[in-house]
Amino acid sequence: MSIGIILAVLIVGGTGLLFGCLLAFASIIFRVSKDERLDKITDALPGANCGACGYAGCAAYAEAIISNNAPINACSVGKDAVAQKIGKIMGKKAEKVEAKTARVLCGGVCGAALDKYDYQGIRSCVAAAKLAGGPKTCPNGCLGFGTCQAACQFGAISIVDGVAVIDEEKCTACGQCIKKCPKHIIQFVPKKNQAWVKCMNTEAGVLTNKYCKSGCIGCKICEKNCPTGAIKVTDNFASIDYDRCINCGECAKKCPKHVIAFNGAENYAKAE
Amino acid sequence: MTIISILIAALFTENFVMVKFLGICPFLGVSKKTETAVGMGMAVTFVMALSSMITYLVNHYLLEPFQLEYLQTIVFILIIAGLVQFVELFVKKSMPALYNALGIYLPLITTNCAVLGVTLLNVQYGYNFLYSLLYGTFSALGFSLAIILFSGVREYISEQSVPEPFRGFPIALISAGLMAIAFMGFSGFSI
Repeated sequence: MSIGIILAVLIVGGTGLLFGCLLAFASIIFRVSKDERLDKITDALPGANCGACGYAGCAAYAEAIISNNAPINACSVGKDAVAQKIGKIMGKKAEKVEAKTARVLCGGVCGAALDKYDYQGIRSCVAAAKLAGGPKTCPNGCLGFGTCQAACQFGAISIVDGVAVIDEEKCTACGQCIKKCPKHIIQFVPKKNQAWVKCMNTEAGVLTNKYCKSGCIGCKICEKNCPTGAIKVTDNFASIDYDRCINCGECAKKCPKHVIAFNGAENYAKAE
Repeated sequence: MTIISILIAALFTENFVMVKFLGICPFLGVSKKTETAVGMGMAVTFVMALSSMITYLVNHYLLEPFQLEYLQTIVFILIIAGLVQFVELFVKKSMPALYNALGIYLPLITTNCAVLGVTLLNVQYGYNFLYSLLYGTFSALGFSLAIILFSGVREYISEQSVPEPFRGFPIALISAGLMAIAFMGFSGFSI
């Protein structure tokens, strides 16, 4: 009887001891050397894990800085302050972070853009887009159900008159809305650029004109009037080369369809 | 009992999550996205196959000769916990890619009752080494099947307009119950 108890204690205790020793040895043998800068950089980052830098999260970005020599100014949420902190830890000089903002490339507000059917389903752009591309006739129009609004952690997006509008003061350029938008009509634009084309419709101008009052018809008037050749019509819609744009606002003034927004004053020509 | 009937039982008729109600914690915890569900499924499969083998050997060569079968539960817990820790250290050092893929799920499984369940059931059913390994692996695949299917359901629900009191966990539990009923369709089915 007592032998049974002793045996039980020995076996359970022995197994425990064996595993304990094994783990103790394993932790020495399989030790992974960890860079002490890693924790410091992770602490310096905002910790939102938004993925705007192109890595899985703040910790992954910190690791990429150390092991893959990733640029230290990629965090668009923390901007200069964070880049400088990381620069100090890494002993590198931080280059300036170019402020970017997300912009919705659609101006097809209620009344301007025609619907092709009456959508009664789930109030989500992703769900609506699955049903024949969504209720709007325009294949590249904002559906306005606010999937981007829900994705924004910073409360920068609101739906105004059926189209998503981004508050550039609040936008941190984290890119969550860009990932979620089923229509792919939200883009990063340098904040200093004040003109942007609010349309990405790729169909011929004749068709566009039929179903959207504020759609780009590809007339190329902006292209002819741009002093630096920054604006080009490709795939039936105008797009701006932001490196060459000098913020003169000429394109916005000349656009016959008022598709180009300038300096927050949308439909610039109309306002004048 | 043939190998095929073990496989079918482990995958469908005696599905660990849906019929035996083991491993419910990770089933509800990490099933919000299909991506994480796949990661969890992989990690569980890995650990369950490994612990089925080791516990069979320990039970057969250490506990049975001394008539200490009543210690199975505590010894198996010890082995599983130690094993998972050891595997985590080993994988982290030698296979960083696999470690990143399994991520945080590996340590989470340490105390998963599905793993303990499969080791104890192997003993209860009197399986030999090969059958234990097969039963462990395929039970884990059954778990993966259930969690991946369920994550798809939850992803779909997350876009629906669910009535306020049902949002989140309540609707998840209801859909899990409906899935369990669906799995009941397999009961009594055997080769």
